[in-house]
Amino acid sequence: MGTPQTKSDPNTARLSGLSLPKGAGWASAARKSALERVITMGLPGRRDEYWKYTDPKGLNGPVAAEAAIIDSTDAPGFSADSLKIVFVDGVFNAEASDDLTLAGIEIDRLEDVTASDIHWARDVYGVLEQAGQDPVARPLAALNTAVASDGVVIRATGKAAKPVSILYMRKSETADVVLHHVIKVENGAELTVLEDGSAAARLNMVIEVDVADGGAFHHIRTQGREHERQAVTHIFGRLGQESLFKSFTLTINGALTRNEAVLEFTGDNATAHVAGAAVGDGKFHHDDTVFITHDAENCESRQVYKKVLRNGARGVFQGKILVKAGAQKTDGYQISKALLLDDDSQFLAKPELEIYADDVICSHGSTTGAIDEDALFYLRSRGVELAKAQDLLVLAFLADAIDEIDDDGICEELLTRLQAWLERRQD
Amino acid sequence: MAKAEDLKVKDGVDQDTVEAVQSISGTYKYGWETDIEMEYIPKGVNEDIVRLISDKNDEPDWMTQWRLAAYERWSQIEEPTWAMVDYPKIDYQDLYYYAQPKSMAEKPKSLDDVDPKLLETYQKLGIPLKEQMILAGVEGAEDQPAEGRKVAVDAVFDSVSVGTTFKEELAKAGVIFCSINEAIENHPDLVKKYLGSVVPPTDNFFATLNSAVFSAGSFVYVPPGVRCPMELSTYFRINAENTGQFERTLIIADKGSYVSYLEGCTAPKRDTNQLHAAVVEIVIMEDAEVKYSTVQNWFPGDENGVGGIYNFVTKRADCRGDRAKVMWTQVETGSAVTWKYPSCILRGDESQGEFYSIAIANNYQQADTGTKMIHLGKNTKSRIVSKGISAGKAQNTYRGLVSMHQKAKNSRNYTQCDSLLIGSNCGAHTVPYIEVKNNSSRVEHEATTSKVDDEQLFYCRQRGIDEEAALALIVNGFAKEVLQALPMEFAMEAQQLVAISLEGSVG
Repeated sequence: MGTPQTKSDPNTARLSGLSLPKGAGWASAARKSALERVITMGLPGRRDEYWKYTDPKGLNGPVAAEAAIIDSTDAPGFSADSLKIVFVDGVFNAEASDDLTLAGIEIDRLEDVTASDIHWARDVYGVLEQAGQDPVARPLAALNTAVASDGVVIRATGKAAKPVSILYMRKSETADVVLHHVIKVENGAELTVLEDGSAAARLNMVIEVDVADGGAFHHIRTQGREHERQAVTHIFGRLGQESLFKSFTLTINGALTRNEAVLEFTGDNATAHVAGAAVGDGKFHHDDTVFITHDAENCESRQVYKKVLRNGARGVFQGKILVKAGAQKTDGYQISKALLLDDDSQFLAKPELEIYADDVICSHGSTTGAIDEDALFYLRSRGVELAKAQDLLVLAFLADAIDEIDDDGICEELLTRLQAWLERRQD
Repeated sequence: MAKAEDLKVKDGVDQDTVEAVQSISGTYKYGWETDIEMEYIPKGVNEDIVRLISDKNDEPDWMTQWRLAAYERWSQIEEPTWAMVDYPKIDYQDLYYYAQPKSMAEKPKSLDDVDPKLLETYQKLGIPLKEQMILAGVEGAEDQPAEGRKVAVDAVFDSVSVGTTFKEELAKAGVIFCSINEAIENHPDLVKKYLGSVVPPTDNFFATLNSAVFSAGSFVYVPPGVRCPMELSTYFRINAENTGQFERTLIIADKGSYVSYLEGCTAPKRDTNQLHAAVVEIVIMEDAEVKYSTVQNWFPGDENGVGGIYNFVTKRADCRGDRAKVMWTQVETGSAVTWKYPSCILRGDESQGEFYSIAIANNYQQADTGTKMIHLGKNTKSRIVSKGISAGKAQNTYRGLVSMHQKAKNSRNYTQCDSLLIGSNCGAHTVPYIEVKNNSSRVEHEATTSKVDDEQLFYCRQRGIDEEAALALIVNGFAKEVLQALPMEFAMEAQQLVAISLEGSVG
């Protein structure tokens, strides 16, 4: 806790020398102020309490480590009908993308938006990120705000006719990508954003989502199935009165992933659900860090995170519910569970509650263990072979998190991907 | 306060609790001070002071060197700031590190030589130090209706141990129970071997300070196979102004032994803060078991947050042998600021650690407390039950670590942390760390935060129990699992404390 302090850091010189993208006055000011924040905070290090369980070295070094591209025929994407926006190695690709017009929403590129003098995005870009820096510093997000030049800017003014899917293709083994999306869901509007793909050898992504009163935002993301890629993502959400925010992330493989969700309730009677399922094998480090601030009455927040780890994979969960004084009638729930398939894997968790209001119901739970022997025996006694029985139990374990998604079709699709992951590992 | 006549006629109410609430007339009943001539050493801490303290205790050279090394280390490290507590910076040079009653300058040969004023102090606290005399001298005393079980007491007044009771009877069983200073003199081999082996002098800021300047505290050694014939207990009393208390307790339970140890603490009401930085080390060998219970009732400061004790304590038990067992039970109602994490190192296979805690914070109190369960051996088990109650403008934090190392196969942990909030200006926080590094172990953690159930309160009120009594009743129910883990002598005191600590938190 406490205010960020200036740290002397070998990276400081490098940061001070960064050249920021060109843009309109407001955009340059936002970037400059973000860079100042990073320099004040310093890049994260092993001694930072917030990075106790995850070594940020791969994420904040000057160059990205090379990451091999796996040989796969699966192109990113979901079967549901959607408006497709494609990025190749972190650069918007107009040819592969659909026409960016859709009833109920406006879509722009960050590059264009930051060049125009007047745009609604100035009230969101870097603003939610900055708000999310207190009480815990998130320097990699501020760095993103400072240097990002590409991303999408979406404004939903009504009910979007269909979901927007953002697909990330990879061609380069060394692409070091910074993307920044800005989303605004206006009063009573509805938007679903789907994301798929590994994006880069190293990815630093920030999504800022401003949901106005009565707005609804759904977000489903999968992070590809590349083994060597590294990623740090932040979603900053600001929730107005009676709004709804739902975000789910599926992570399969990846050498290093840190997904942060930083949400704040600013209006009463709103709901936020964040969930994630992660499966990893061997050189896999996956960190879910969630920080939900209740600063309004009668809001409900829910965190459901599940991880399946094997062959020395490591899972991390850092969750926090902060209920500010006056945020009465808060209902906060948080669960993190890990299934360790062998003795080399690890799960490290820090599920926190910080509560300053009395009329609240907050609970959290965290469990870690192996596959239930009794359940396994039951399936075996019914003639299910061992490997199959284990797979069934793994899928059942992950289903709790996947059930957080409203769309049944997507649930099925994700389960199929998990099934495939399990099968690939059979040999 | 509860009106006695209103309550007596009601059935179905836990009479003990109701009486406990009635019996208390002031908010902090141990707030008086003993007017006794004190001898201080100069304020502040430096090498000379450390030597002087060592000298006061007639210590051998190795002990002096040990202290000096700790002081050297302490002067290089900084006070930790990670706990969720907020207090003005402590000026470590503005404290007395040693204070003793003048009458203790010459060591008394027996309790008879002890200043009657001191004994009176303990009488007032309800601790029968004189008991020893009766039992030693008069055979018939045993026929007197004894108050429950016998308890051996080591009483500590500021920096010195006033006396230890039942020494002879314990010696018959082979149990050594004396002040740490006597142990350094009489059992140097044991002290040399174990002191600092669980909490090394370099452990943390407060433990390191303690290592340099400690005086008084208890030493217990239970030989192999011995079940300590009675409960051992220490009462700590800070009396002198501007004085820090730095006691050090070392308990060694040899193979197959058992001991139950109780600790109580009080201090007078003062409008300045006082520092208490103690260290407790417990070594538990194969098949041995130690129960350590604390009722911490240091002066918590007044209702405006003025005064009170800063309680920065390091407590750790090391289960060195297989099947060793330790149980920490604590009732934390006092202190302005509490910083305390009694921990268990489960090194031996099949060793067990348990932690039961009630932490009550009212007015401007701040408590940051919890435990560490470090599983190193196979088939080790631990259980954590923590009940935090916040009222007034208090902040109460549970902070804990459960760590399953890779070799700790088939280990088990269950953690339950419940917080109760009374009033809308207080805070309740939970900061658990869970680290699991093998897959045959199971770790479960649950935590809830809620307020006092209006329906329960209404039920009590409509049966004529006034609001404060009802609240004490409900809170005692909330904390029942922990209260039940306390030895008899403490359970009653703890229930009463729950009621007193919550006074003024409703309406």
